Amino acid sequence: MSTSTETIEQLATREYKYGFYTDVEAETIPKGLNEDVVRMISAKKQEPEWLLQWRLKAFRLWQTMKEPTWHNVKYDPINYQDIVYYSAPKKKKALNSLDEVDPEVKKTFDKLGIPIDEQKLLAGVAVDAVFDSVSVATTFRERLASVGIIFCSFSEAVREHPELVKKYLGSVVPYTDNFFATLNSAVFSDGSFVYIPKGVRCPMELSTYFRINAKDTGQFERTLIVAEEGSYVSYLEGCTAPMRDENQLHAAVVELVALEGATIKYSTIQNWYPGDKDGKGGIYNFVTKRGLCAGDRSKITWTQVETGSAITWKYPSCILQGDHSIGEFYSVATTNNWQQADTGTKMIHMGKHTRSTIVSKGISAGHGQNTYRGLVRIGKNAAHARNYSQCDSMLIGDKCGAHTFPYLEIKNTSARVEHEASTSKIGEDQIFYCRQRGISTEDAVNMIVSGFCKEVFRELPMEFAVEAQKLLSVSLEGSVG
Amino acid sequence: MLEVTNLQVKAEGKEILRGIDLTVNTGEVHAIMGPNGSGKSTLARALSGHPEYEVTGGTVLFEGKDLLEMDPDERAREGIFMAFQYPVEIAGVNNAYFLKAALNAKRKHHGQPELDAIEFMQLIREKAKDLEIDQAMLSRSVNEGFSGGEKKRNEIFQMTLLEPKLAILDETDSGLDIDALKIVAKGVNAMRSPERAIIVVTHYQRLLDYIVPDYVHVLSGGRIVKSGGKELALELESKGYGWIETGAEPVQA
Repeated sequence: MSTSTETIEQLATREYKYGFYTDVEAETIPKGLNEDVVRMISAKKQEPEWLLQWRLKAFRLWQTMKEPTWHNVKYDPINYQDIVYYSAPKKKKALNSLDEVDPEVKKTFDKLGIPIDEQKLLAGVAVDAVFDSVSVATTFRERLASVGIIFCSFSEAVREHPELVKKYLGSVVPYTDNFFATLNSAVFSDGSFVYIPKGVRCPMELSTYFRINAKDTGQFERTLIVAEEGSYVSYLEGCTAPMRDENQLHAAVVELVALEGATIKYSTIQNWYPGDKDGKGGIYNFVTKRGLCAGDRSKITWTQVETGSAITWKYPSCILQGDHSIGEFYSVATTNNWQQADTGTKMIHMGKHTRSTIVSKGISAGHGQNTYRGLVRIGKNAAHARNYSQCDSMLIGDKCGAHTFPYLEIKNTSARVEHEASTSKIGEDQIFYCRQRGISTEDAVNMIVSGFCKEVFRELPMEFAVEAQKLLSVSLEGSVG
Repeated sequence: MLEVTNLQVKAEGKEILRGIDLTVNTGEVHAIMGPNGSGKSTLARALSGHPEYEVTGGTVLFEGKDLLEMDPDERAREGIFMAFQYPVEIAGVNNAYFLKAALNAKRKHHGQPELDAIEFMQLIREKAKDLEIDQAMLSRSVNEGFSGGEKKRNEIFQMTLLEPKLAILDETDSGLDIDALKIVAKGVNAMRSPERAIIVVTHYQRLLDYIVPDYVHVLSGGRIVKSGGKELALELESKGYGWIETGAEPVQA
C-alpha cells in the first residue's frame, strides 16, 4: 500500500497527443528582427502604406521597451533575434475553394480533429484555420455572408475591408500597450477578423484554430471582432503545437468591440505544447486580450480553459464604457509538471451601473505554479458599479503552488465590490472517499476537478464543454497515481 | 467472511494496532468499543485501505481473499463499505451523479450491466424515502453544506444503495441527535441480513440500544482486551472503560 506522498509523486508521463510535426514546403524568412523584416512581412501581405507605417511605429517603440518583470513566472531571457517571424506553407496560387488547401496542411487539421471540409464539420461551427503565420482556410463563409457577417483571415480583411480594419485596429489594444502587444503590432502575420452587422445574431459558433508547426517560429496573430448594435456572436479559439525541446514564442493580440446592446462571447481552449515532464520545451504564451464594451448595455464574456503552454501570461480584460454594460471572466488554468501560469483579468468600470463577474479556478499539480492576478477598477463616474470576484485554487500534491494577487481601485463610493478566495488541497481524503465507494483514483480526480471547474465549464459553448472536460482530465492525468 | 489475524497497523510512524484477532461471519453484527485512542477507528480505516494507515503485520482474509493486497477501490467493489466518521465534501459534484458512478463501478466489477440515468433515478427514489432523504439533497453537491445529521444519513443511504457484504460504521453516532440516531439505526437495521455482516465502531453504548449487536469487543491499547455478547456493552456503560483498561498500556492516536 503506498503512502499518500508516494501516490502524489507518481507524476504525469502521458504524452502530448498533438505533438506531431507536418512536413510541408514552407516559405520561411531568416531568423531575426529589424525594420526590413517588418517591411518584408507587410510587403508579403501587400498591405497599404498606413498599415506599414503603423507597424514601423510599433517596432520603433518596441526597441525602446523592456520586457515586463512584474509577473510571477521565471524563464531564461528570450533572444528575439533567434526567432523566425514569418513562415507560411507555400501555395501555388490563390485559393478559390477549400478543396485547394495543401493536402498536407489539411491532413494536419484532420489529425487535430478540425476537419476543414465543410461537409465533415460540426454543423453549427465555422472555422478559420491558422497554420504558423497564415490563415489557410475559412469555412462557411458564404452562409455567413448571406446575413452580412464577415468572417475571414486578418490579411484578407486588410485587403477587402480596409475601412473597418483602419477604424478598429489598435482601438482597444493600442500599439503602445505593452512589450508583447507592441511586438505583435510590428510583426503580426495573420489571425481572424469578425464583423457582425447591426441587429444580427450570428447563426453559428465561429472558431479559429491556431497551429504552430514550423521550428523556431514565433506565432504573432491578431484577432479583431466587431459587434455592431444589438448583435450577438459566440467565438471560440483552440491552439496546439508540435513537441520540441526549444521554447517557442506565441504573442497574440485580441481586440473585441461591442457596440450598444451587443454581446460577444469569446472562449479559448488553449492547449499549446506544455513542455515535457522535466520542463524542457513548450510554448511561451504571452497574450494581450481586451474587449471594449463601447455601447450601453453591451456585454463581453471571456471564458478560458488554459491547460497548455510552458508559460501562460494573459489577462483578458473588459473596459466597461457604456452604461449598464457587463463584463465577465470565467477561467480554468491548470499547471502540471513545470508549467507556470500568471493569468487573470482586468475589469475597468467607467460607465454607470456597470457590472462585472470574475470566476477563476486555478489547478496546480506536479511542480506547477499558478497565479491569479486581477484588477477591478471602478472609475469616479462609474456610479453604482458592481463586481463579484471569486478565485479558487486547488493544489494536487505538495510541490506545486497557487498565488492570488487581487487589485482593487475604487474611486466611486456607490460601488459594490465583493471578493472571495479559497485554496484547497485536492484532498487525499476526497480521493479516498471516492475510492471507498469503488471509484478508481483516476475517475475520482477527474470527478473532483470537474466539480471544481463546473461554474466555468457551463459557460462554454455546448459543442466544446465536453472537449474541455476531456482535455482537463488528460492534462492532469497521472498527477495523482 | 472476515478473518483478521494478528493485525498490526502504524499511522504517522506510530504503532496503533498491536495484534488484532477478529472473526466476523455473515449475518453477524459486531460492535467495536473502546476509549479514545484505543485504535477502534484505525481498525475501521485499515480494513477499508486508507493510505495513511500502514499495515506492518498480520493478515486479513475477506471471503478467503487477501484483503491487504487489494486497493481501496477494489475492496469497495468486492463489497466492503465504510460509513465515514467525517464524510468529506466534494464541491460541484452532484450527489446523485457520485452515487451513480459508485454503483456502476461496482456493477461493472461484478459483470452486471451499468444502470442508465433513468433506471438509476428510479432506484434511488425508492431507497431515499426510508431515510428521509429528499430530492433536493440528491441534487446538491456531495455532502456540501450538509448538516452533521444529513451527512450521516447520506452515508447510510449510500450503504443501502451499494448493498455491501461487509459494512463498517466508523463512529456513525458521533454528533447525532436522538432523532437522527433513530433514523440512522433504522437504516442500518433494515440492512441486517443473513448474507451480510456489520461492524459498528462506537465510543458509546447509546447507538447499541438501537442497533443491537451479536458480539461486543473492547479495544484498548491497540488490542482486543475483552469480547462478549451485547450485555458487555451495558456493563461498560455502567462501569466505564477504566476497569478494562487496567494492565493495558494506552496509546496516543
